[in-house]
Amino acid sequence: MAIDVESRPAIAGRVTAQRGRRSWQRFRRDKLLVVLGVPGAAALFLFQYVPLLGNIIAFQDYQPFTGIDGSPFVGLDNFSFLWEGNSTFLNALANTLILTVIQTVFVFPIPLALALLLSSLAGERLKGLLQSVLYLPHFLSWVIVVAIFQQMLGNAGMLNTFMVQNDLPIIHIIGVPELFKALLTSQAIWKDAGWGTIIFLAAIAQIDQEQYEASAVDGANAWQRLRYITLPSLKGIFILLLILRLGSSLSVGFEQIILQQGPVGLDASEVLDTWVYNNGIVGGDWGMSAAVGLVKGLVGVLLVIGANKLAHKFGEQGIYQK
Amino acid sequence: MSKINEVTSIASRTLKRPTKNSRRPAWMEKPNPLTQVLKFIALGVSVLLVIVPFWSIIATSLADKQTLDKSAGGMVLWPGQPTFEAYGAVLSGGTVTRAMIISIGITVIGTFLSLAATAGLAYWLSRRDAFGARPMLLLLLGALLFSPGLIPGYLVVKELNLLDSWWSLILPVLVNAFNVIVMRAFFQELPQELFDSAEIDGASSLTVLTRIVLPLSKAVLAVIGLFYAVAYWNAFFNAMLYIQSTEKWPMALVLRAFVVDQTAIGGNQVGAATEALPPQLQLQMAILVISLVPILIVYPFLQRHFAKGMMIGAVKG
Repeated sequence: MAIDVESRPAIAGRVTAQRGRRSWQRFRRDKLLVVLGVPGAAALFLFQYVPLLGNIIAFQDYQPFTGIDGSPFVGLDNFSFLWEGNSTFLNALANTLILTVIQTVFVFPIPLALALLLSSLAGERLKGLLQSVLYLPHFLSWVIVVAIFQQMLGNAGMLNTFMVQNDLPIIHIIGVPELFKALLTSQAIWKDAGWGTIIFLAAIAQIDQEQYEASAVDGANAWQRLRYITLPSLKGIFILLLILRLGSSLSVGFEQIILQQGPVGLDASEVLDTWVYNNGIVGGDWGMSAAVGLVKGLVGVLLVIGANKLAHKFGEQGIYQK
Repeated sequence: MSKINEVTSIASRTLKRPTKNSRRPAWMEKPNPLTQVLKFIALGVSVLLVIVPFWSIIATSLADKQTLDKSAGGMVLWPGQPTFEAYGAVLSGGTVTRAMIISIGITVIGTFLSLAATAGLAYWLSRRDAFGARPMLLLLLGALLFSPGLIPGYLVVKELNLLDSWWSLILPVLVNAFNVIVMRAFFQELPQELFDSAEIDGASSLTVLTRIVLPLSKAVLAVIGLFYAVAYWNAFFNAMLYIQSTEKWPMALVLRAFVVDQTAIGGNQVGAATEALPPQLQLQMAILVISLVPILIVYPFLQRHFAKGMMIGAVKG
C-alpha cells in the first residue's frame, strides 16, 4: 500500500513529462502548420475575444482620453437602467421586442409558403429560373435595399409618381412613424424571403417519396399529403429556425434601422442596438452603453441555450446535441 | 363559374409542360387547374416584386431628358432613347469615382487576405491530430455563438489606431468562423492517402497546402472568395463606424449620403464640371446601379454555389 501511494506521484510526474515531451514533439512536427494558421487565428482572437475584455468599461466611468487605465471604477452604476428604468432604454427594448414578434409572425412563414409553391412545380428549369430571381435580393446590402424602397414607395418614388399622374392622392409610406415597423418588415421579407426557401427546399427534397406514393394509393389527396406528410416532416427544421430566431431576438435589423432613423424619429425606430450606438459612440455615454450591450449579449446567449433546452424537451435536435 | 373554368382550362393548357419534361410521377393526380393558376399568380407576383424595382432603377438611370420630364422627375419604366450621360458625369472623377475605386480596392485586397487567412486556419484545423487544433476549434465555435458587442469592438479598433484607416474595414472581418468551418469540412473530405504519400516523400505542410490541397479545392476557394467579396463590397456598418474623413468613403457611404439621405449631388461629387448636370434622380440611380453591378455580375456564380456551401456548413458544422 505504502509503496503504491508513494509511487503514484512519481508515475504521474513521468506521465506529465512524457505528455509534455510528446506535445513538444507534436509542436515541432506541426510548427509550419501552426504558422500557416496563426494569422487567421490571431485576427479571430483579436477581434472576437479581446473585445470581451473591453466590457470592463461597463463598470467604469469611461472617458476616451483617459482610456481604460485612467477611468475610475464605479461598480454597478452603469447598470442602474436595470432597476431604475430609463425611458429611452425601455422604449428601445419595447420596440425591439415588438419588432421581433412581428417579424417572427410575418416574415417567418413566407419562405415556407414559397418553398412549398416552388417544390410543387414540375419543371426543373422553371423552378431554377424562379429561384435565381428570388434569391437575388439577399446579396444586396441594406443600403441598396433601403434606397430601392425609397425609390419605389417614397413621396417621389414610382408608386407616388403613378398616383400623381393619375390625379390620385399621394400615399405617404416612407418616414411615417406609424408605418415604420410595417416598412421594416416588408423590407426584411423582400430581401430574405427567397433566400429563406433554400433550407426548406432542401428539407422537402429529403422527404421519402414513397410516403407520398403510399398515401396517394390509399386515397390521400394533395392537401392531405401536404398536411400529413410534408408539414410534419418540416417540423424539425422549423423548430431549429425558431430557436435561432429566438436566440437573436434582441437584435433586429441594425443597419436597416440606422439608415432610416432620421426622418422617422427615435420614438418609433430606436431598438437596443441603435440605442447602444446612439448613446455610446455618438452620445459619449460609453459606460452605460457598454453595460446595455453586455446585458444584451448575456441574455442572448441564455436565450440560445434556453431555446435549445426547449427543443430537446420537444424531442427535436436543436442546434447542438444535449 | 363556367367562365372561371374556361379561363383556368386555357391557363392550364398553356402552362402544362410537354410530358417529356414533366416529372409528375404516375401515382400523382392531375393538378387541379384552379390551384395551378393561383400558384402561378402567387409566384408570378413574387418574381415581379423583385424584378420591377431593378428594372425601373436601370431604366431611370438611362432615360433621356424628355422621358424623365414626362414623369415629373419620378421613376420611369422605359428609358426612351437610352443615354449614358449620368454614368459619364458620375464616373468622371470626384467623390463617387473615388469611392468606387476605394471599394474595389478594399474588396480585392480584403478578399485575397481573407482567403489566405481562412485557408491557412482551415488547413491547420483539418489535420486531425495537429498541435493545438482542438482548442483552436473550440475558440472558433465560440466565435459563432456570441458576438463581441458594438462598444468593445469599437474600442479594440480604436486602441489599435485603426480608426479612419481602410484596414478597419478589413482586419475586424478578416476571418469568418462559418467560412473556416465550411473550408475545413472540405479539406477533410480530401483523400487521406494523398497526405500520407506526400509526407513519405518528405513534403512540408506548406508544400502539401500549395501543391495538393489548394489545387484540389478550387471550387470551395471560389465560393468562399465570393462570400468574402460580397461582404466586403456591401459592408456599410463598419465604414460608418470607423471611417470619418469623406475622402476615404467607400461606395456604401456614398450611397447612403447621396441616395438614401438625398444630399444634393453637385460639381464636387462628379469631378469634371459638366455644363449642366443630368437630373439628380438620374445621378442617384446611376450611383445605385454602379453599386449593384458587381453583385449582378458575380451573381450567377454565387447562386450556383452558395446554396451548396450553406448546406455543407449546416451538415458538417
